[in-house]
Amino acid sequence: MDLDALYQEIILDHYRNPHHAGLREPFEAEVHHVNPTCGDEVTLRVHLDGDRVEDVSYDAEGCSISQAAASVMTDLVIGKPLADALGTQDAFLELMQGKGQVEPDEDVLEDGIAFAGVAKFPARIKCALLSWMAFKDAALQATNAAVEPADTHQGALDA
Amino acid sequence: MTRAVPDGLLTDLEVIRKDFPILERTLAGGQPLVYLDSANTSQKPQVVIDAMVDHLEHHNANIARAMHQLGAESTAAFEGARDKVAAFLNAPSRDEVIFTKNASEALNLVARTFPLTAGDRVVITEMEHHSNIVPWQLATERSGAELRWFGLTDDGQLDLSNIDELLTPQTKVVALTWVSNMLGTINPVAEIARRAHEVGAVVVLDASQAAPQLPVDVQAVGADFLAFTGHKVTGPTGIGVLWGRTELLDQLPPFLGGGEMIATVSMAKSTWAPIPHKFEAGTPPIVEAIGLGAALDYISHIGLERIHAHEQAITGYLLDGLASVSGVKVLGPTDPTARGGAVAFELDGVHPHDVAQLLDSRGIAVRAGHHCAKPAHKRYGVQSSTRASSYLYTTPAEIDALIDGLEHTKNYFKVG
Repeated sequence: MDLDALYQEIILDHYRNPHHAGLREPFEAEVHHVNPTCGDEVTLRVHLDGDRVEDVSYDAEGCSISQAAASVMTDLVIGKPLADALGTQDAFLELMQGKGQVEPDEDVLEDGIAFAGVAKFPARIKCALLSWMAFKDAALQATNAAVEPADTHQGALDA
Repeated sequence: MTRAVPDGLLTDLEVIRKDFPILERTLAGGQPLVYLDSANTSQKPQVVIDAMVDHLEHHNANIARAMHQLGAESTAAFEGARDKVAAFLNAPSRDEVIFTKNASEALNLVARTFPLTAGDRVVITEMEHHSNIVPWQLATERSGAELRWFGLTDDGQLDLSNIDELLTPQTKVVALTWVSNMLGTINPVAEIARRAHEVGAVVVLDASQAAPQLPVDVQAVGADFLAFTGHKVTGPTGIGVLWGRTELLDQLPPFLGGGEMIATVSMAKSTWAPIPHKFEAGTPPIVEAIGLGAALDYISHIGLERIHAHEQAITGYLLDGLASVSGVKVLGPTDPTARGGAVAFELDGVHPHDVAQLLDSRGIAVRAGHHCAKPAHKRYGVQSSTRASSYLYTTPAEIDALIDGLEHTKNYFKVG
Protein backbone atom coordinates (compact mmCIF):
# COMPACT_ATOMS: atom_id res chain seq x y z
CA MET A 1 0.00 0.00 0.00
CA ASP A 2 1.59 3.24 -1.15
CA LEU A 3 1.03 5.61 1.72
CA ASP A 4 3.12 8.33 0.11
CA ALA A 5 0.62 8.43 -2.78
CA LEU A 6 -2.00 9.39 -0.21
CA TYR A 7 0.07 11.66 1.98
CA GLN A 8 1.71 13.82 -0.69
CA GLU A 9 4.08 16.42 0.73
CA ILE A 10 1.77 19.16 -0.62
CA ILE A 11 -1.10 17.71 1.43
CA LEU A 12 0.96 17.56 4.60
CA ASP A 13 2.15 21.15 4.01
CA HIS A 14 -1.42 22.39 3.71
CA TYR A 15 -2.38 20.34 6.78
CA ARG A 16 0.34 21.92 8.91
CA ASN A 17 -0.21 25.42 7.54
CA PRO A 18 -3.78 25.73 6.29
CA HIS A 19 -4.59 28.70 4.07
CA HIS A 20 -7.55 31.04 4.70
CA ALA A 21 -8.49 29.24 7.93
CA GLY A 22 -10.85 30.87 10.42
CA LEU A 23 -14.31 32.39 10.09
CA ARG A 24 -14.57 35.91 8.68
CA GLU A 25 -17.15 38.59 7.99
CA PRO A 26 -18.92 39.49 5.81
CA PHE A 27 -20.66 36.48 4.35
CA GLU A 28 -23.95 35.74 2.66
CA ALA A 29 -24.20 32.08 3.61
CA GLU A 30 -22.82 29.83 6.33
CA VAL A 31 -23.14 26.04 6.34
CA HIS A 32 -22.14 23.29 8.73
CA HIS A 33 -21.29 19.93 7.20
CA VAL A 34 -20.31 16.76 9.00
CA ASN A 35 -19.03 13.38 7.97
CA PRO A 36 -21.32 11.25 10.13
CA THR A 37 -19.15 8.15 9.96
CA CYS A 38 -16.12 9.80 11.55
CA GLY A 39 -17.38 13.05 13.02
CA ASP A 40 -15.24 15.38 10.90
CA GLU A 41 -16.87 18.80 10.78
CA VAL A 42 -16.57 22.05 8.90
CA THR A 43 -18.33 25.36 9.33
CA LEU A 44 -17.86 27.36 6.15
CA ARG A 45 -18.84 30.83 5.01
CA VAL A 46 -19.01 32.24 1.49
CA HIS A 47 -18.87 35.91 0.62
CA LEU A 48 -19.82 36.78 -2.96
CA ASP A 49 -19.21 40.10 -4.69
CA GLY A 50 -21.58 39.95 -7.61
CA ASP A 51 -20.57 36.84 -9.51
CA ARG A 52 -17.16 36.66 -7.91
CA VAL A 53 -16.14 34.55 -4.90
CA GLU A 54 -14.75 37.30 -2.70
CA ASP A 55 -13.93 35.12 0.33
CA VAL A 56 -14.34 31.62 1.71
CA SER A 57 -13.62 31.23 5.40
CA TYR A 58 -13.92 28.09 7.49
CA ASP A 59 -13.46 26.40 10.81
CA ALA A 60 -12.70 22.72 10.24
CA GLU A 61 -11.96 19.82 12.54
CA GLY A 62 -10.73 16.62 11.01
CA CYS A 63 -7.92 14.54 9.59
CA SER A 64 -5.00 15.69 7.46
CA ILE A 65 -6.85 14.94 4.23
CA SER A 66 -9.96 16.92 5.15
CA GLN A 67 -7.97 19.85 6.54
CA ALA A 68 -5.65 20.03 3.55
CA ALA A 69 -8.59 19.76 1.15
CA ALA A 70 -10.23 22.79 2.78
CA SER A 71 -7.01 24.77 2.48
CA VAL A 72 -6.45 23.86 -1.19
CA MET A 73 -10.11 24.49 -2.00
CA THR A 74 -9.97 28.06 -0.71
CA ASP A 75 -6.83 28.72 -2.75
CA LEU A 76 -8.65 27.52 -5.84
CA VAL A 77 -11.96 29.34 -5.49
CA ILE A 78 -11.26 32.67 -3.79
CA GLY A 79 -11.11 35.47 -6.33
CA LYS A 80 -12.66 33.39 -9.09
CA PRO A 81 -15.94 33.91 -10.91
CA LEU A 82 -18.48 31.69 -9.16
CA ALA A 83 -19.14 29.65 -12.32
CA ASP A 84 -15.42 28.85 -12.63
CA ALA A 85 -15.22 27.95 -8.92
CA LEU A 86 -18.15 25.56 -9.28
CA GLY A 87 -16.48 24.12 -12.39
CA THR A 88 -13.36 23.45 -10.34
CA GLN A 89 -15.56 21.81 -7.69
CA ASP A 90 -16.95 19.55 -10.42
CA ALA A 91 -13.46 18.64 -11.59
CA PHE A 92 -12.37 17.78 -8.04
CA LEU A 93 -15.49 15.70 -7.47
CA GLU A 94 -14.83 13.82 -10.72
CA LEU A 95 -11.25 13.16 -9.65
CA MET A 96 -12.37 11.81 -6.25
CA GLN A 97 -15.04 9.59 -7.77
CA GLY A 98 -12.78 8.32 -10.52
CA LYS A 99 -11.40 5.29 -8.62
CA GLY A 100 -7.90 6.42 -9.51
CA GLN A 101 -8.62 6.27 -13.27
CA VAL A 102 -9.13 10.01 -13.84
CA GLU A 103 -6.10 12.02 -14.98
CA PRO A 104 -6.31 15.37 -13.17
CA ASP A 105 -5.85 18.62 -15.08
CA GLU A 106 -3.21 20.61 -13.25
CA ASP A 107 -4.28 23.83 -14.97
CA VAL A 108 -7.69 23.50 -13.30
CA LEU A 109 -6.86 21.82 -10.00
CA GLU A 110 -3.34 23.13 -9.27
CA ASP A 111 -2.35 21.80 -5.78
CA GLY A 112 -5.60 19.80 -5.92
CA ILE A 113 -3.91 17.21 -8.14
CA ALA A 114 -2.07 16.03 -5.03
CA PHE A 115 -5.36 14.44 -3.98
CA ALA A 116 -5.37 12.07 -6.98
CA GLY A 117 -4.02 9.33 -4.72
CA VAL A 118 -6.91 9.76 -2.25
CA ALA A 119 -9.29 8.35 -4.87
CA LYS A 120 -7.63 4.96 -4.36
CA PHE A 121 -8.52 4.96 -0.64
CA PRO A 122 -12.34 4.70 -0.59
CA ALA A 123 -12.60 5.41 3.14
CA ARG A 124 -10.86 8.77 2.68
CA ILE A 125 -12.76 10.19 -0.31
CA LYS A 126 -15.41 11.72 1.96
CA CYS A 127 -12.63 13.40 3.94
CA ALA A 128 -11.34 15.13 0.82
CA LEU A 129 -14.83 16.12 -0.34
CA LEU A 130 -16.20 17.50 2.95
CA SER A 131 -15.18 21.13 2.51
CA TRP A 132 -15.76 21.09 -1.25
CA MET A 133 -19.36 19.99 -0.78
CA ALA A 134 -19.77 22.59 1.96
CA PHE A 135 -18.46 25.26 -0.41
CA LYS A 136 -20.90 24.26 -3.15
CA ASP A 137 -23.80 24.27 -0.69
CA ALA A 138 -22.86 27.66 0.75
CA ALA A 139 -22.17 29.21 -2.65
CA LEU A 140 -25.59 28.16 -3.95
CA GLN A 141 -27.25 29.46 -0.79
CA ALA A 142 -25.39 32.73 -1.15
CA THR A 143 -26.60 32.99 -4.75
CA ASN A 144 -30.17 32.32 -3.69
CA ALA A 145 -29.86 34.83 -0.87
CA ALA A 146 -28.86 37.44 -3.44
CA VAL A 147 -31.87 36.62 -5.62
CA GLU A 148 -34.39 36.23 -2.79
CA PRO A 149 -33.13 38.39 0.05
CA ALA A 150 -36.44 38.17 1.90
CA ASP A 151 -36.37 34.37 2.29
CA THR A 152 -33.87 33.85 5.07
CA HIS A 153 -34.70 30.16 5.38
CA GLN A 154 -33.65 29.35 1.85
CA GLY A 155 -31.37 26.34 1.87
CA ALA A 156 -31.07 26.19 5.62
CA LEU A 157 -32.82 22.85 5.88
CA ASP A 158 -30.34 20.95 3.76
CA ALA A 159 -27.29 22.56 5.29
CA MET B 1 11.79 -2.60 24.28
CA THR B 2 10.82 -5.44 26.54
CA ARG B 3 7.76 -5.36 28.67
CA ALA B 4 6.78 -8.15 30.98
CA VAL B 5 4.00 -10.29 29.58
CA PRO B 6 1.37 -10.39 32.29
CA ASP B 7 -0.24 -13.42 33.84
CA GLY B 8 -3.64 -14.60 32.74
CA LEU B 9 -3.07 -15.12 29.01
CA LEU B 10 -4.89 -18.11 27.57
CA THR B 11 -2.38 -20.93 27.81
CA ASP B 12 -3.62 -22.45 24.55
CA LEU B 13 -3.52 -19.13 22.67
CA GLU B 14 -1.66 -20.53 19.66
CA VAL B 15 -4.19 -23.38 19.38
CA ILE B 16 -7.08 -20.94 19.67
CA ARG B 17 -5.63 -18.74 16.94
CA LYS B 18 -5.64 -21.71 14.58
CA ASP B 19 -9.42 -21.86 15.01
CA PHE B 20 -9.72 -18.52 13.21
CA PRO B 21 -8.81 -18.92 9.53
CA ILE B 22 -8.73 -15.18 8.85
CA LEU B 23 -5.82 -14.71 11.24
CA GLU B 24 -3.65 -16.57 8.70
CA ARG B 25 -4.14 -14.08 5.92
CA THR B 26 -1.81 -11.35 4.82
CA LEU B 27 -2.68 -7.89 3.58
CA ALA B 28 -1.23 -5.55 0.96
CA GLY B 29 2.55 -5.70 0.88
CA GLY B 30 2.58 -9.13 2.48
CA GLN B 31 1.84 -7.68 5.92
CA PRO B 32 0.37 -10.21 8.34
CA LEU B 33 -3.01 -9.20 9.76
CA VAL B 34 -2.94 -7.68 13.24
CA TYR B 35 -6.63 -7.47 14.06
CA LEU B 36 -7.29 -5.03 16.89
CA ASP B 37 -10.88 -4.13 16.02
CA SER B 38 -12.78 -6.87 17.85
CA ALA B 39 -15.02 -4.45 19.75
CA ASN B 40 -16.29 -3.46 16.31
CA THR B 41 -16.77 -7.04 15.20
CA SER B 42 -15.02 -10.22 16.26
CA GLN B 43 -13.48 -12.73 13.89
CA LYS B 44 -15.18 -16.09 13.36
CA PRO B 45 -13.83 -19.52 14.28
CA GLN B 46 -14.01 -22.37 11.77
CA VAL B 47 -16.62 -24.14 13.89
CA VAL B 48 -19.06 -21.27 13.42
CA ILE B 49 -18.42 -21.08 9.69
CA ASP B 50 -18.82 -24.87 9.42
CA ALA B 51 -22.07 -24.90 11.41
CA MET B 52 -23.59 -22.33 9.06
CA VAL B 53 -22.34 -24.00 5.88
CA ASP B 54 -23.50 -27.41 7.11
CA HIS B 55 -26.96 -26.06 7.77
CA LEU B 56 -27.18 -24.45 4.35
CA GLU B 57 -25.79 -27.54 2.62
CA HIS B 58 -27.81 -30.19 4.43
CA HIS B 59 -30.71 -28.87 6.50
CA ASN B 60 -32.00 -25.69 4.91
CA ALA B 61 -35.74 -25.11 5.15
CA ASN B 62 -38.00 -22.51 6.69
CA ILE B 63 -38.80 -23.09 10.33
CA ALA B 64 -41.97 -23.76 12.28
CA ARG B 65 -44.23 -24.01 9.25
CA ALA B 66 -42.63 -26.56 6.92
CA MET B 67 -44.31 -29.96 7.32
CA HIS B 68 -41.38 -31.98 6.10
CA GLN B 69 -38.17 -33.52 7.41
CA LEU B 70 -35.94 -30.61 6.45
CA GLY B 71 -38.38 -28.25 8.12
CA ALA B 72 -38.19 -30.28 11.29
CA GLU B 73 -34.39 -30.32 11.21
CA SER B 74 -34.18 -26.61 10.56
CA THR B 75 -36.67 -25.84 13.33
CA ALA B 76 -34.78 -28.06 15.76
CA ALA B 77 -31.49 -26.34 14.92
CA PHE B 78 -32.98 -22.86 15.25
CA GLU B 79 -34.75 -23.60 18.53
CA GLY B 80 -31.60 -25.39 19.71
CA ALA B 81 -29.78 -22.10 19.25
CA ARG B 82 -32.37 -20.45 21.48
CA ASP B 83 -31.61 -23.04 24.18
CA LYS B 84 -27.91 -22.24 23.88
CA VAL B 85 -28.54 -18.51 24.29
CA ALA B 86 -30.74 -19.16 27.33
CA ALA B 87 -28.01 -21.28 28.92
CA PHE B 88 -25.35 -18.68 28.05
CA LEU B 89 -27.35 -15.98 29.85
CA ASN B 90 -28.54 -18.24 32.68
CA ALA B 91 -32.07 -17.25 31.68
CA PRO B 92 -34.85 -18.83 33.77
CA SER B 93 -36.77 -19.72 30.60
CA ARG B 94 -35.83 -20.29 26.97
CA ASP B 95 -39.00 -18.48 25.93
CA GLU B 96 -37.48 -15.25 27.27
CA VAL B 97 -34.90 -15.27 24.46
CA ILE B 98 -36.00 -13.25 21.43
CA PHE B 99 -33.94 -13.25 18.27
CA THR B 100 -33.49 -9.88 16.59
CA LYS B 101 -31.19 -8.77 13.83
CA ASN B 102 -28.73 -7.03 16.17
CA ALA B 103 -28.48 -5.33 19.56
CA SER B 104 -29.85 -2.09 18.13
CA GLU B 105 -33.07 -3.82 17.11
CA ALA B 106 -33.28 -5.48 20.53
CA LEU B 107 -32.97 -2.11 22.30
CA ASN B 108 -35.43 -0.52 19.88
CA LEU B 109 -37.90 -3.31 20.57
CA VAL B 110 -37.98 -2.41 24.27
CA ALA B 111 -37.94 1.35 23.71
CA ARG B 112 -40.69 1.10 21.12
CA THR B 113 -43.06 -1.14 23.10
CA PHE B 114 -42.45 -0.20 26.75
CA PRO B 115 -45.42 1.88 27.98
CA LEU B 116 -44.36 5.43 28.81
CA THR B 117 -46.49 8.51 29.40
CA ALA B 118 -45.93 12.17 30.21
CA GLY B 119 -44.59 12.43 33.75
CA ASP B 120 -42.53 9.25 33.43
CA ARG B 121 -38.77 9.35 33.34
CA VAL B 122 -36.16 7.32 31.46
CA VAL B 123 -32.58 7.39 32.72
CA ILE B 124 -29.62 6.51 30.48
CA THR B 125 -25.92 7.40 30.73
CA GLU B 126 -23.53 9.67 28.90
CA MET B 127 -21.34 6.72 27.91
CA GLU B 128 -23.99 4.88 25.90
CA HIS B 129 -23.52 3.76 22.34
CA HIS B 130 -25.87 5.71 20.07
CA SER B 131 -28.03 2.57 19.89
CA ASN B 132 -28.94 2.99 23.57
CA ILE B 133 -29.47 6.76 23.29
CA VAL B 134 -31.45 7.37 20.12
CA PRO B 135 -34.23 4.79 20.76
CA TRP B 136 -34.87 6.41 24.16
CA GLN B 137 -34.85 9.88 22.66
CA LEU B 138 -37.49 8.68 20.22
CA ALA B 139 -39.50 6.96 22.96
CA THR B 140 -39.51 9.96 25.27
CA GLU B 141 -40.28 12.41 22.48
CA ARG B 142 -43.19 10.23 21.42
CA SER B 143 -44.62 9.74 24.91
CA GLY B 144 -43.78 13.04 26.54
CA ALA B 145 -41.69 11.26 29.15
CA GLU B 146 -38.52 12.89 30.44
CA LEU B 147 -35.05 11.72 29.40
CA ARG B 148 -32.26 12.08 31.97
CA TRP B 149 -28.79 10.58 32.20
CA PHE B 150 -25.92 9.79 34.50
CA GLY B 151 -22.88 11.93 33.70
CA LEU B 152 -19.28 10.75 33.71
CA THR B 153 -16.39 11.42 36.05
CA ASP B 154 -13.05 12.67 34.79
CA ASP B 155 -11.58 9.18 35.15
CA GLY B 156 -14.17 7.55 32.91
CA GLN B 157 -16.63 6.16 35.46
CA LEU B 158 -20.34 6.77 35.77
CA ASP B 159 -20.98 9.73 38.07
CA LEU B 160 -23.43 8.21 40.53
CA SER B 161 -23.31 11.13 42.95
CA ASN B 162 -26.82 12.25 41.97
CA ILE B 163 -28.36 8.78 41.80
CA ASP B 164 -30.97 9.65 44.43
CA GLU B 165 -32.08 12.61 42.36
CA LEU B 166 -32.20 10.63 39.09
CA LEU B 167 -33.89 7.50 40.42
CA THR B 168 -37.30 8.50 41.72
CA PRO B 169 -40.73 6.84 41.63
CA GLN B 170 -41.20 8.67 38.31
CA THR B 171 -38.34 6.66 36.82
CA LYS B 172 -39.76 3.80 34.77
CA VAL B 173 -36.69 2.69 32.84
CA VAL B 174 -32.96 2.72 33.57
CA ALA B 175 -31.07 1.74 30.41
CA LEU B 176 -27.29 1.46 30.47
CA THR B 177 -24.33 -0.30 29.03
CA TRP B 178 -22.56 -2.99 31.03
CA VAL B 179 -19.19 -2.31 29.39
CA SER B 180 -18.46 0.91 27.48
CA ASN B 181 -17.48 0.45 23.84
CA MET B 182 -15.38 3.60 23.98
CA LEU B 183 -14.05 4.04 27.51
CA GLY B 184 -13.90 0.34 28.31
CA THR B 185 -15.45 1.04 31.72
CA ILE B 186 -17.19 -1.90 33.40
CA ASN B 187 -20.21 -0.40 35.12
CA PRO B 188 -21.56 -1.56 38.52
CA VAL B 189 -24.73 -2.79 36.86
CA ALA B 190 -25.89 -5.07 39.67
CA GLU B 191 -25.75 -2.20 42.17
CA ILE B 192 -27.51 0.20 39.80
CA ALA B 193 -30.16 -2.45 39.08
CA ARG B 194 -30.74 -2.85 42.81
CA ARG B 195 -31.20 0.91 43.22
CA ALA B 196 -33.46 1.10 40.15
CA HIS B 197 -35.67 -1.68 41.47
CA GLU B 198 -36.07 0.17 44.77
CA VAL B 199 -37.98 2.88 42.89
CA GLY B 200 -39.83 0.38 40.71
CA ALA B 201 -37.93 1.02 37.46
CA VAL B 202 -37.03 -1.73 35.01
CA VAL B 203 -33.38 -2.16 34.04
CA VAL B 204 -32.33 -2.53 30.42
CA LEU B 205 -28.72 -3.63 29.97
CA ASP B 206 -26.76 -3.24 26.75
CA ALA B 207 -24.40 -6.22 26.97
CA SER B 208 -22.97 -5.85 23.46
CA GLN B 209 -19.45 -5.39 24.82
CA ALA B 210 -19.96 -7.45 27.97
CA ALA B 211 -21.22 -10.69 26.43
CA PRO B 212 -17.99 -11.34 24.50
CA GLN B 213 -15.73 -11.03 27.51
CA LEU B 214 -17.56 -11.43 30.82
CA PRO B 215 -19.69 -14.21 32.30
CA VAL B 216 -23.24 -12.90 31.84
CA ASP B 217 -25.88 -14.06 34.30
CA VAL B 218 -29.12 -12.13 33.89
CA GLN B 219 -30.44 -13.36 37.22
CA ALA B 220 -27.32 -12.57 39.24
CA VAL B 221 -27.06 -9.08 37.81
CA GLY B 222 -30.74 -8.33 38.32
CA ALA B 223 -31.55 -7.27 34.76
CA ASP B 224 -35.09 -6.99 33.45
CA PHE B 225 -34.02 -6.77 29.80
CA LEU B 226 -30.65 -7.46 28.25
CA ALA B 227 -29.47 -7.03 24.67
CA PHE B 228 -26.40 -8.31 22.87
CA THR B 229 -25.32 -8.98 19.32
CA GLY B 230 -24.03 -12.14 17.67
CA HIS B 231 -21.18 -10.75 15.65
CA LYS B 232 -19.15 -9.57 18.63
CA VAL B 233 -19.20 -13.02 20.31
CA THR B 234 -17.53 -14.76 17.33
CA GLY B 235 -20.92 -15.32 15.68
CA PRO B 236 -22.25 -13.93 12.42
CA THR B 237 -23.80 -10.55 11.69
CA GLY B 238 -27.57 -10.30 11.26
CA ILE B 239 -28.45 -11.91 14.57
CA GLY B 240 -28.95 -10.29 17.96
CA VAL B 241 -30.72 -11.19 21.16
CA LEU B 242 -33.17 -9.52 23.47
CA TRP B 243 -33.67 -11.33 26.74
CA GLY B 244 -36.49 -10.14 28.99
CA ARG B 245 -38.32 -11.38 32.06
CA THR B 246 -41.44 -13.34 31.12
CA GLU B 247 -43.91 -11.19 33.06
CA LEU B 248 -42.60 -8.05 31.34
CA LEU B 249 -42.47 -9.53 27.84
CA ASP B 250 -45.99 -10.83 28.29
CA GLN B 251 -47.21 -7.31 29.06
CA LEU B 252 -45.53 -5.57 26.13
CA PRO B 253 -47.44 -5.18 22.88
CA PRO B 254 -45.96 -6.64 19.69
CA PHE B 255 -43.10 -4.77 18.01
CA LEU B 256 -43.40 -5.86 14.38
CA GLY B 257 -46.51 -7.48 12.95
CA GLY B 258 -46.46 -10.31 10.43
CA GLY B 259 -46.20 -14.02 9.98
CA GLU B 260 -45.37 -16.31 12.91
CA MET B 261 -46.12 -13.71 15.59
CA ILE B 262 -49.88 -14.34 15.63
CA ALA B 263 -52.25 -16.79 17.26
CA THR B 264 -55.06 -16.08 14.81
CA VAL B 265 -55.78 -13.42 12.20
CA SER B 266 -59.12 -12.24 10.92
CA MET B 267 -59.63 -9.26 8.64
CA ALA B 268 -60.69 -7.11 11.57
CA LYS B 269 -58.41 -8.27 14.37
CA SER B 270 -55.53 -10.52 15.35
CA THR B 271 -54.28 -12.14 18.51
CA TRP B 272 -50.69 -12.79 19.39
CA ALA B 273 -48.57 -15.87 19.76
CA PRO B 274 -46.97 -16.40 23.16
CA ILE B 275 -43.40 -15.25 23.71
CA PRO B 276 -40.88 -15.49 22.17
CA HIS B 277 -42.75 -15.77 18.88
CA LYS B 278 -44.87 -12.69 19.59
CA PHE B 279 -41.72 -10.65 18.93
CA GLU B 280 -40.38 -12.63 15.96
CA ALA B 281 -42.47 -11.59 12.96
CA GLY B 282 -41.52 -13.09 9.63
CA THR B 283 -38.87 -15.61 8.69
CA PRO B 284 -36.03 -15.04 11.14
CA PRO B 285 -32.31 -15.15 10.36
CA ILE B 286 -32.20 -18.93 10.72
CA VAL B 287 -28.66 -19.79 9.74
CA GLU B 288 -27.38 -16.75 11.64
CA ALA B 289 -29.09 -17.95 14.82
CA ILE B 290 -27.52 -21.37 14.32
CA GLY B 291 -24.14 -19.70 13.82
CA LEU B 292 -24.67 -17.74 17.03
CA GLY B 293 -25.45 -20.98 18.88
CA ALA B 294 -22.19 -22.47 17.62
CA ALA B 295 -20.31 -19.32 18.65
CA LEU B 296 -21.70 -19.42 22.19
CA ASP B 297 -20.75 -23.10 22.42
CA TYR B 298 -17.26 -22.16 21.27
CA ILE B 299 -16.59 -19.35 23.75
CA SER B 300 -18.35 -21.22 26.57
CA HIS B 301 -16.13 -24.23 25.91
CA ILE B 302 -13.04 -22.03 26.30
CA GLY B 303 -14.69 -20.41 29.31
CA LEU B 304 -15.79 -16.84 29.86
CA GLU B 305 -13.73 -16.58 33.06
CA ARG B 306 -10.60 -17.55 31.12
CA ILE B 307 -11.47 -15.20 28.26
CA HIS B 308 -12.01 -12.39 30.76
CA ALA B 309 -8.62 -13.09 32.38
CA HIS B 310 -6.99 -13.07 28.93
CA GLU B 311 -8.64 -9.76 28.04
CA GLN B 312 -7.47 -8.23 31.29
CA ALA B 313 -3.92 -9.45 30.73
CA ILE B 314 -3.78 -8.20 27.14
CA THR B 315 -5.46 -4.91 28.07
CA GLY B 316 -2.93 -4.36 30.86
CA TYR B 317 -0.13 -5.04 28.41
CA LEU B 318 -1.71 -2.65 25.90
CA LEU B 319 -2.11 0.10 28.51
CA ASP B 320 1.54 -0.32 29.55
CA GLY B 321 2.58 -0.11 25.91
CA LEU B 322 0.53 3.01 25.26
CA ALA B 323 1.99 4.62 28.39
CA SER B 324 5.44 4.16 26.84
CA VAL B 325 4.54 6.24 23.76
CA SER B 326 4.91 9.96 24.41
CA GLY B 327 1.93 11.97 23.22
CA VAL B 328 -0.58 9.17 23.79
CA LYS B 329 -3.52 9.91 26.07
CA VAL B 330 -5.86 7.05 26.98
CA LEU B 331 -9.57 7.83 27.37
CA GLY B 332 -11.19 5.93 30.21
CA PRO B 333 -9.94 3.98 33.21
CA THR B 334 -6.30 2.92 33.18
CA ASP B 335 -6.71 0.04 35.63
CA PRO B 336 -6.97 -3.07 33.42
CA THR B 337 -8.83 -5.01 36.11
CA ALA B 338 -11.65 -2.44 36.07
CA ARG B 339 -12.23 -2.26 32.35
CA GLY B 340 -12.93 -4.17 29.19
CA GLY B 341 -10.68 -4.82 26.22
CA ALA B 342 -11.44 -1.74 24.12
CA VAL B 343 -8.95 1.10 24.60
CA ALA B 344 -9.58 4.45 22.93
CA PHE B 345 -6.75 6.95 22.84
CA GLU B 346 -5.50 10.14 21.28
CA LEU B 347 -2.08 10.63 19.71
CA ASP B 348 -1.01 14.23 20.05
CA GLY B 349 -0.67 15.97 16.68
CA VAL B 350 -2.07 13.16 14.52
CA HIS B 351 -5.75 12.78 13.72
CA PRO B 352 -7.25 9.32 14.43
CA HIS B 353 -7.98 8.81 10.71
CA ASP B 354 -4.37 9.31 9.91
CA VAL B 355 -3.27 7.05 12.77
CA ALA B 356 -5.57 4.30 11.49
CA GLN B 357 -4.35 4.79 7.93
CA LEU B 358 -0.69 4.49 8.94
CA LEU B 359 -1.41 1.42 11.07
CA ASP B 360 -3.41 -0.14 8.24
CA SER B 361 -0.44 0.22 5.94
CA ARG B 362 1.35 -2.12 8.38
CA GLY B 363 -1.54 -4.58 8.48
CA ILE B 364 -2.85 -3.33 11.84
CA ALA B 365 -6.64 -2.90 11.93
CA VAL B 366 -8.00 -0.44 14.50
CA ARG B 367 -11.05 1.82 14.54
CA ALA B 368 -10.91 5.59 14.19
CA GLY B 369 -13.77 7.99 14.74
CA HIS B 370 -16.37 8.55 17.43
CA HIS B 371 -17.25 4.83 17.74
CA CYS B 372 -20.97 5.69 17.83
CA ALA B 373 -20.38 7.41 21.17
CA LYS B 374 -20.36 11.09 20.27
CA PRO B 375 -21.66 12.32 23.64
CA ALA B 376 -18.93 10.46 25.53
CA HIS B 377 -16.29 11.96 23.25
CA LYS B 378 -17.78 15.41 23.75
CA ARG B 379 -17.71 14.90 27.52
CA TYR B 380 -13.94 14.61 27.33
CA GLY B 381 -13.54 17.40 24.78
CA VAL B 382 -12.47 15.00 22.06
CA GLN B 383 -13.87 14.97 18.54
CA SER B 384 -12.71 11.47 17.72
CA SER B 385 -10.25 8.85 18.86
CA THR B 386 -8.34 5.77 17.79
CA ARG B 387 -9.51 2.53 19.40
CA ALA B 388 -7.60 -0.72 19.71
CA SER B 389 -9.65 -3.64 20.92
CA SER B 390 -8.52 -7.16 21.67
CA TYR B 391 -10.21 -10.53 22.01
CA LEU B 392 -9.44 -14.10 22.95
CA TYR B 393 -7.10 -14.52 19.96
CA THR B 394 -5.02 -11.37 20.58
CA THR B 395 -1.32 -11.89 21.36
CA PRO B 396 1.22 -9.69 23.15
CA ALA B 397 3.19 -9.64 19.87
CA GLU B 398 0.24 -7.95 18.19
CA ILE B 399 0.24 -5.27 20.89
CA ASP B 400 3.98 -4.81 20.28
CA ALA B 401 3.21 -4.32 16.58
CA LEU B 402 0.67 -1.64 17.47
CA ILE B 403 3.08 0.20 19.74
CA ASP B 404 5.81 0.08 17.07
CA GLY B 405 3.22 1.26 14.54
CA LEU B 406 2.39 4.28 16.70
CA GLU B 407 6.06 5.26 16.92
CA HIS B 408 6.24 4.90 13.13
CA THR B 409 3.14 7.07 12.79
CA LYS B 410 4.73 9.81 14.88
CA ASN B 411 7.85 9.69 12.73
CA TYR B 412 5.82 9.78 9.51
CA PHE B 413 3.92 12.87 10.59
CA LYS B 414 7.00 14.34 12.26
CA VAL B 415 5.43 14.82 15.67
CA GLY B 416 6.85 14.12 19.13
